[in-house]
Amino acid sequence: MTDLTRLTIAGARDGLKKGDFSARELTSAHIAELEAARALNAYIVETPDQALRMADKADQRLKEGDAPGLCGIPLAIKDLFCTEGVLSTAGSHILNGFRPRYESTVTANLWRDGAVMLGKVNMDEFAMGSSNEHSHYGPVKNPWRAKGSDQDLVPGGSSGGSAASVAAHIAMGATGTDTGGSIRQPAALTGIVGMKPTYGRCSRWGVVAFASSLDHPGPFGRTVRDTAIMLGSMAGYDAKDSTSVNRPVPDYEAGLGKGVKGMKIGVPKEYRTDGMPEEIDALWQKGIDWLRDQGAEIVVVSLPHTKYALPAYYIVAPAEASSNLARYDGVRYGLREKVDGGGLDDMYEATRAAGFGDEVKRRILIGTYVLSAGYYDAYYLKAQKVRTLIANDFHSVFKKVDALLTPTAPNAAFPLGDKLDDPLAMYFNDVFTVPANLAGVPAISVPAGLTGDGLPLGLQVIGKAFDEETVFTVGQAIEDAADFTAKPEAWWRD
Amino acid sequence: MSVDKDTVRRIAHLARVQVAEEKLDALAGEMNNILDWVEQLNELDVTDVEPMTSAVETTLHWREDKVTDGNKAEDVLANAPDAEYGFFSVPKVIE
Amino acid sequence: MNTDKTYTVKGVTGDWEIVVGLEVHAQVISNAKLFSGASAAFGAEPNANVSLVDAAMPGMLPVINGECVRQAVRTGLALGAQINKWSRFDRKNYFYADLPQGYQISQFQFPIVGEGEVVVDLGEGRTKTVGIERLHLEQDAGKSLHDQHPDATYVDLNRSGVALMEIVSKPDMRSPEEAGAYVRKLRTILRYIGSCDGNMEEGSMRADVNVSVRKSGDPLGTRCEIKNVNSMRFVMQAIEYEARRQVDIIEDGGMIKQETRLFDPNKGETRSMRSKEEAHDYRYFPDPDLLPLEFDDAFMTDAKASLPELPDAKKIRFTESLGLSGYNASVLVAEKENADYFEALLAEIVKATGKGEREVAKQAANWVISDLFGHLNKSGAAISDSPVSPAGGAELLKLITDGVISGRIAKDVFEIMYETGKSAAAIVEEKGLQQVSDTGEIEALIDQIIAGNPGQVAAYRGGKDKLFGFFVGQVMKATGGKANPQVVNKLLRKKL
Ligand SMILES: [Mg+2]
Ligand SMILES: [Zn+2]
Repeated sequence: MTDLTRLTIAGARDGLKKGDFSARELTSAHIAELEAARALNAYIVETPDQALRMADKADQRLKEGDAPGLCGIPLAIKDLFCTEGVLSTAGSHILNGFRPRYESTVTANLWRDGAVMLGKVNMDEFAMGSSNEHSHYGPVKNPWRAKGSDQDLVPGGSSGGSAASVAAHIAMGATGTDTGGSIRQPAALTGIVGMKPTYGRCSRWGVVAFASSLDHPGPFGRTVRDTAIMLGSMAGYDAKDSTSVNRPVPDYEAGLGKGVKGMKIGVPKEYRTDGMPEEIDALWQKGIDWLRDQGAEIVVVSLPHTKYALPAYYIVAPAEASSNLARYDGVRYGLREKVDGGGLDDMYEATRAAGFGDEVKRRILIGTYVLSAGYYDAYYLKAQKVRTLIANDFHSVFKKVDALLTPTAPNAAFPLGDKLDDPLAMYFNDVFTVPANLAGVPAISVPAGLTGDGLPLGLQVIGKAFDEETVFTVGQAIEDAADFTAKPEAWWRD
Repeated sequence: MSVDKDTVRRIAHLARVQVAEEKLDALAGEMNNILDWVEQLNELDVTDVEPMTSAVETTLHWREDKVTDGNKAEDVLANAPDAEYGFFSVPKVIE
Repeated sequence: MNTDKTYTVKGVTGDWEIVVGLEVHAQVISNAKLFSGASAAFGAEPNANVSLVDAAMPGMLPVINGECVRQAVRTGLALGAQINKWSRFDRKNYFYADLPQGYQISQFQFPIVGEGEVVVDLGEGRTKTVGIERLHLEQDAGKSLHDQHPDATYVDLNRSGVALMEIVSKPDMRSPEEAGAYVRKLRTILRYIGSCDGNMEEGSMRADVNVSVRKSGDPLGTRCEIKNVNSMRFVMQAIEYEARRQVDIIEDGGMIKQETRLFDPNKGETRSMRSKEEAHDYRYFPDPDLLPLEFDDAFMTDAKASLPELPDAKKIRFTESLGLSGYNASVLVAEKENADYFEALLAEIVKATGKGEREVAKQAANWVISDLFGHLNKSGAAISDSPVSPAGGAELLKLITDGVISGRIAKDVFEIMYETGKSAAAIVEEKGLQQVSDTGEIEALIDQIIAGNPGQVAAYRGGKDKLFGFFVGQVMKATGGKANPQVVNKLLRKKL
């Protein structure tokens, strides 16, 4: 028997259908791997019993010939998704002990299609961070290490546990959420594929909110095809989410393989920033060449407001977060800090001080400040206007090109602790990913090469709203050309 | 616009996050760093620009006026740190 | 506008004018809540009418109830107000035990309804027009119970998320009476169109009362807001007390502090609300979980078509087409159920007698207002529970017009109808109350009375005209009140 954890989702699906192995075997293999990989700290909660029950059900469905695409596929679920009866923490102490009595729409869709939950994976608290160091459950370690080094690196964030688990083959795929780059940046830093669909494609119902107008659930996989299969299951209109869009979901997998011949691919000149590492610039150029070689026409385009995306984001996201996180008050669920002789306000303040970590507090304060009396127009309103400009940049450029190609992140994985004391330096990790969140357009990160130190780098493809198919197609063209087969050494195995 | 210690104290209370007195200065510094940086948006003239109301063009879905939910007090209270007689319980509030 | 009476608060420095504006919170009549599918019904077990959305569980999202939008638009139309086809929901952020989200979804910058006006009846033909500033949709909060436990407050989220219309008036009112009349009129309109049941005891209508005082002609003074006043009487009492309090403070050299106050109905006083003492900073911003609220002209046209005749229009019709007095018309239109009863009665009378509406309207109105309302009030019954139906009432009134019974006997018959639910005709038949109009029978009685009272006859004939009534009374007594008074009068004059 092949090592079942080496398979892709597509490959496992075909093997299951042929009866080469059972869902229980596939799941057991992953459980064994993830138990041996606790050094990564990828999982907050492991759910092996539930996984095996789900696998058995999948085997039953396979036997009965009722086997949707993800039947029997073991996945890791970012702990931002509420899962019924299973601890759901958002990486925060404030949700201490919280077991929702409901299932998020996205995960419910996956279970409907037969997927198996291995557990809940680690993340930056409330999805705020780019290194997965802001978790109450401790940092996740990147499976990758620089050549000849045993220094621990960050996996990126906020979906660091999702990315690490897929990269380390302790899950076949994972759900993530991307508010400013939280799927694409960790995908790039761990050498896997991460896809952020169009805003409104995947329901936010049951996903702990960070910044409602920017939060995008999406998939991680080791191949473009795998993410296409996963998105096909996760996406869909949900009447419970007022921002969900009622449009049919195309068969993303079936749309693959068309190739980029005749497509126009834009290269936004504003993404060539000062101080961009040479290796990243070079990889970007490689990507351009690959697409040209496959018959695409390359067009240099301008997205003039790109440099304002990150500052606008750091107004809008904290503002929404400050309000979204007001419900964590110690009254209905999660942590409550009792204050002897104290009143309700004392309870609130103590609970929130003990329950939230530093980065979350920082953002709540910034968000509260920019919305406070007298500052709304200067900050929030202005940032939302800048968002319009950024969205308009994309609209006009997509009249000329089918998709855009950019680097995913301005750097490869960095050592744990490296940027922890410098919030702005940390924020810059998302400089290339944030614009797509502000505009709500789909984007994918595909592993495309290694640094001189042997660390993975990703390229990003950004597409038009609701045109995930083109994003997948271009992503696959990069994937084919890059032929990224490198794997981290399994140093974490005990 | 510069944030001082008093402002941080006021904002922290508005947000109901207790901040130790000795941490106020450091927080003010961090907030100012971020606020100074976001102020580069002032380079842009956005006078005639409409603020974004939604990232994608779509219309608000209206629900029918039907009772489809409720009668799950047990679920509602299941995670409560303190609940009595079907109510959530909090420290006494004086109006 | 006609306001003869100027209300003032007498102070040592002279007369003070009061300025009152009201924010009325009216619960929308709907099955489900504004943004969730939980029931909006009153009086359930604690936390029974609560969805995970209303409890602000992580990841829960609001979805708007279209009926609440329709009701807000209908209400706006009934207030003659500007309807905004594009409006928006904002979050009003503050922490409170009964506010699970940590914010209330409300409409701040772009309400669904803009300016309108209400004409308020002040009695004696006086009216006043009160401006409406806006009407917006918002969520109600839950309920805090402070007196169930010595050191805990209990929270019930059943009301959390119920749809409210906040109707904000302009600061146009100048007396407690005007404010009371405004609330009454607003309630009448809401109940007419069925957008709110107006039940103040159950809290489906509450008023936040803004009061300030000033010397006539001065700019507006600092106002205090008295929260959640839940009866018309309390609104008036609270204003009266608050105005007096403010005048006393200013005249003592003090300053009015802008604050939120609470009305204590037991003491008839307002007091500062400790929980709302600190300065507010609600940090309003558009709710990113929702898109703008939009509808088209067709939606508005449908909403308009669903409106019944409104009280002002009905009053004009009652006075102009039916010839009722302004007072009677006002009384009848004040509650939709009363007006409906009256109109049903009118239709039954017209059907039974073949007479025109205008011919019978006055009689019908008088009967409803004095007889029916009198009995209903005495027994504390609502008109919807009246034991006498409009058809029953019409039958009774027809017996009078047909001369079968006198108006005097009709009152007795009605009494029995009200008590037993029997029909008027049956009661008259059973008790033999038919009016005696037989001249022969009455003549014979008169002859007996004249013969039996020679002294009085002589006195009368000697010029004591007042004794005529004595003879009428004797005839009536002898017939048990059933003699037709007109016939008695005619015959007595002839015989005497
Ligand atoms: Mg108010
Ligand atoms: Zn209100």
